[in-house]
Amino acid sequence: MNLAAAIFVDGLIDASWLFIVAVGLTLVFGVLNILNFAHGSLYAVGAYTAASAAGWYYGGQIGPPFFGYFVMLGAALLVAIAIGPLLERGVLRLFYRRDEVVLVLVTYALFLILEDATKLIWGVDPYYAYEPYGLLGNVSVFGLSYVGYDFALIALALVTGLMLWLGLNRTITGKVILAVIHDRDMSGAMGVNVNRVFVAAFTFGVFLAALGGAFTAPKISVQPGISISVILLSFAVVVIGGLGSVEGAAIAALIVGLARSAAIHLMPWAELFIVYLVMALVLALRPEGLFQRTTLRKI
Amino acid sequence: MTALLETSGLQKSFGAVVAANDISVAARRGERLGLIGNNGAGKTTFVNLVTGYLKPDAGRVVLDGADIAGLAPRRVRRHGVSRSFQIPQLFASLTPEENLLIALGISGDDGLSSWQPARSAAMTAGLEDLLARFRLREYRDHSIAALPGGVRKLLDVAMAVTHRPKLLLLDEPTSGVAAEEKFALMDVIMRALEGSDATVLFVEHDMDIVGRYAERVLAFYEGRIIADGTPDAVLGNADVQRYVTGMTP
Amino acid sequence: MAGRLGILAAALAAFAALALLGRVLPNWFVLVATLAFAKGLVALGLVVLMRGGLVSFGQGIFFCAGAYAAGLTMRSLGVSDAVLLVALGGVASLILGLIIAPLLAGYRGIFFATLTLALSMIAYGILDKTYSLGGSDGINLHAPSFLGYQPPTPQAVSYALYALTCLVMVIAAALCRVHFDSLRGLLSLAARDNEIRVEYLGASVRRVSGVNFTIAALLGGIGGALSALSLGHIDPDFTFWTTSGEFVFLAILSGYASVAAVFVSSIIVELVRSFSSQYFPNTWQGALGIFLLLVILFLPQGLGSLVQRRRRSQSQSDLEPAPAPAPVPAETSQ
Repeated sequence: MNLAAAIFVDGLIDASWLFIVAVGLTLVFGVLNILNFAHGSLYAVGAYTAASAAGWYYGGQIGPPFFGYFVMLGAALLVAIAIGPLLERGVLRLFYRRDEVVLVLVTYALFLILEDATKLIWGVDPYYAYEPYGLLGNVSVFGLSYVGYDFALIALALVTGLMLWLGLNRTITGKVILAVIHDRDMSGAMGVNVNRVFVAAFTFGVFLAALGGAFTAPKISVQPGISISVILLSFAVVVIGGLGSVEGAAIAALIVGLARSAAIHLMPWAELFIVYLVMALVLALRPEGLFQRTTLRKI
Repeated sequence: MTALLETSGLQKSFGAVVAANDISVAARRGERLGLIGNNGAGKTTFVNLVTGYLKPDAGRVVLDGADIAGLAPRRVRRHGVSRSFQIPQLFASLTPEENLLIALGISGDDGLSSWQPARSAAMTAGLEDLLARFRLREYRDHSIAALPGGVRKLLDVAMAVTHRPKLLLLDEPTSGVAAEEKFALMDVIMRALEGSDATVLFVEHDMDIVGRYAERVLAFYEGRIIADGTPDAVLGNADVQRYVTGMTP
Repeated sequence: MAGRLGILAAALAAFAALALLGRVLPNWFVLVATLAFAKGLVALGLVVLMRGGLVSFGQGIFFCAGAYAAGLTMRSLGVSDAVLLVALGGVASLILGLIIAPLLAGYRGIFFATLTLALSMIAYGILDKTYSLGGSDGINLHAPSFLGYQPPTPQAVSYALYALTCLVMVIAAALCRVHFDSLRGLLSLAARDNEIRVEYLGASVRRVSGVNFTIAALLGGIGGALSALSLGHIDPDFTFWTTSGEFVFLAILSGYASVAAVFVSSIIVELVRSFSSQYFPNTWQGALGIFLLLVILFLPQGLGSLVQRRRRSQSQSDLEPAPAPAPVPAETSQ
């Protein structure tokens, strides 16, 4: 029973992480129709920036410990504002009129560039930002001891998901974004400034990726190579959930998180394999993913 | 006389929209039919159902005795059904010549050679014949993007008539073509089809074209066929005038 | 376009020239060239795929399959004949390709690209943790023999391997050129431009993709086996995403007008890499990325366009197929 409990709780924690990390990807895909290969690198940049920021904040004992969380949030925001518009306007825009495969290659190129950029800026040695990790103490669940921080991540995922859902479905801006997701041309014809929605959506996607990285940084050693698994996992989650669907990403994150947790406990070598096995099964039953946001054909 | 194409009770809905409502049609070998109707009346849905792009919710499509309803376009082609497209579906990075070579080369059993050069002697006769019949010779190695609209249409149709289809469906062959060129275009197409006993169904909005080239006309409205007869009879039909042509006396 | 006899003549001439060159140039160049041409083979396979409209970010899996098939056979079965090992590598990779192809058959575009990446990384994860196959350290190989002949010195071994690689490269290049000039080759281009029309004309896009994928797998495995023998080493990095990325870069850089361009590009890239890894080890990926962007922006048809002989009344990018086919009203996908 202990094993099942461990799998379940670990799965929930993993699912929260997956959701935060993947939801930006699905949003960007929904709005811009780009599967951003560089998503993993943006996560890494967020992690590095937050690690540096935490190092500065805690190292210099600048202020109260819990305020450090806001510093990390600020780091993610900084990354988004600095990089988001630059990438979308400066690079991606040049290729919009071209074939979908070209954009794949472009974001892949960005991935390569960002990988080395982080190595140039932060070097190849790992960064640690463990102070925020220990601030919330330990929690005992089902007789197992967990770090409170991990549960806070669950809360963060819930809050993010809720705010996203509310933002998209209950605000006017959100509805505009949904409209662009649903039919870009028609929205433009109706007077929506699609270009502005693109920049905003992409930047927000960068923010979410960086947020995931920032709040994961205290748990891991931040070093080159953390980005590749992020893109592989996010892609699977996004596809399972349905491209462009926030609800889908949430459910998919739950499924993948639990599956991955089970694999890590029972057959570690199959960790990535099981994720894609689940994806294959879902696609066999529902080729468009669980929730289909984007209509793939026009009448 | 046995029909070449026979549909019975064809039914297709998209959600609440009934695009095909109990369509039962029979067309003879060699017949030339015009399909008219407003946008959304169901003409293209009908074409899509017959050519395998859509699966009917109910009903049958029988071609020369074979049941082809719900088969993929690839297989439907093997039964001798071919179509052209409202917006020409061409291979844009290839020359018109290469477009035709592909169309000629693909026979039903994927008998394409990996070894012979594309322009081998075996293909030349068929290629030159098509280029001549459809007036494409002078454009043979131009880029598709530079072709005039009417030439693109002709190429699209030319690709569809390879391998002697039994049934040829032309989806708005003169749409997008300048008014003064429409007749010339249809002339080339119909003359190119002379001597073949293919049954031709063409979707059209221009009633003059329909009147000139069709021996029989089907009028669609809201997924149903509301008139079926000679061009004069159908165009003079009161319902047709009210719902389709708007040409009340 | 050269006729088949012309292609054969060119191939023979190229082989003769390369063999002679290998005798004259210093050993380090022979080593670099062998590796470059072996990787060029993988990139050639990728070009075959890309002509059909598919981009794979995971060709490393076949590169690795060929390498491991050759390497494990050498270590566990004591086989040291290079020709046999390379053939085995190709066959193993071909079988893997035939197994994987149906899984990927229905996918195109970004799905296909990411799925191939995922598969290659799953393979990486498995190999990395499987100690009986060498784990992350991999396995070292000894010098191979060549149809009974055992070259006496390391230089002789590298020359023999170089000659074998050139021979294989020249044969593969010639066969690909013939294939590209054929109707089947043309059909790949058509499938990339307009799948719907291809289906309506009676051919199966799935089958075209499947054939291309299998050819790419075969070439990938042969390239992997040759690389393994040249490096004297196999490890899971052969299927790591960065390796696959290099093949993508090579394919984009060469374009698909000229088969020769693939191998010229691979020499250039390999030379640049051996230089940069000495002086700028942390910028190789980034440099590839920047170059990739530049190539896509300014030379979309790749280097091969510089030798392209097809007549066009308007320049067109081979990387961009026609704008999406106009809406053919349909609700269901096929």
